[in-house]
Amino acid sequence: MLLARITGTVVATRKDPRLEGKKLLICQLVNPRGEDEKGYIIAVDTVAAGYGEKVLIVQGSSARMAAGCKDTPVDAAIVGIVDHVEEER
Amino acid sequence: MYLGKVVGNVVCSVKDDALVGIRLMLVERLYGGGTVVALDAVGSGPGETVYVCRGKEASFAFKGREVPTEATIVAIVDDVQRME
Repeated sequence: MLLARITGTVVATRKDPRLEGKKLLICQLVNPRGEDEKGYIIAVDTVAAGYGEKVLIVQGSSARMAAGCKDTPVDAAIVGIVDHVEEER
Repeated sequence: MYLGKVVGNVVCSVKDDALVGIRLMLVERLYGGGTVVALDAVGSGPGETVYVCRGKEASFAFKGREVPTEATIVAIVDDVQRME
């Protein structure tokens, strides 16, 4: 599971019917300190996340286990909004 | 599966209902770098060496529940012996 920051939305009029009503967000990967990492992911939102928020993303077939994603063509889903990250090194 | 070291945890108050009650740990991968967030199925804590199950199988650690995870800590490692 990855940490990311929401940087935008994707609008698609023609899409798989099972994706209708789902919000697609552009997520910039970040490290635990909140700094940008290389790469981004388009993920389906299941927790009503908003622009600029730090989120938790689940990838792969497990993404279909997120709320409302059963049997949908989804391989990345936002499953949590991060309040804070505690690092103890 | 791979080895990692728990270096912290992530706090989310808004999350998928299936994740409620499960700790989210920050795991630094050993012998390869990178930090991931993994669910904790065994009660691990910071500083411990653990091993992490990847992919859809990661959710099997929470038997009977459909937990959306692709990384779960499934064991706390006591000792690793490397031949080289």
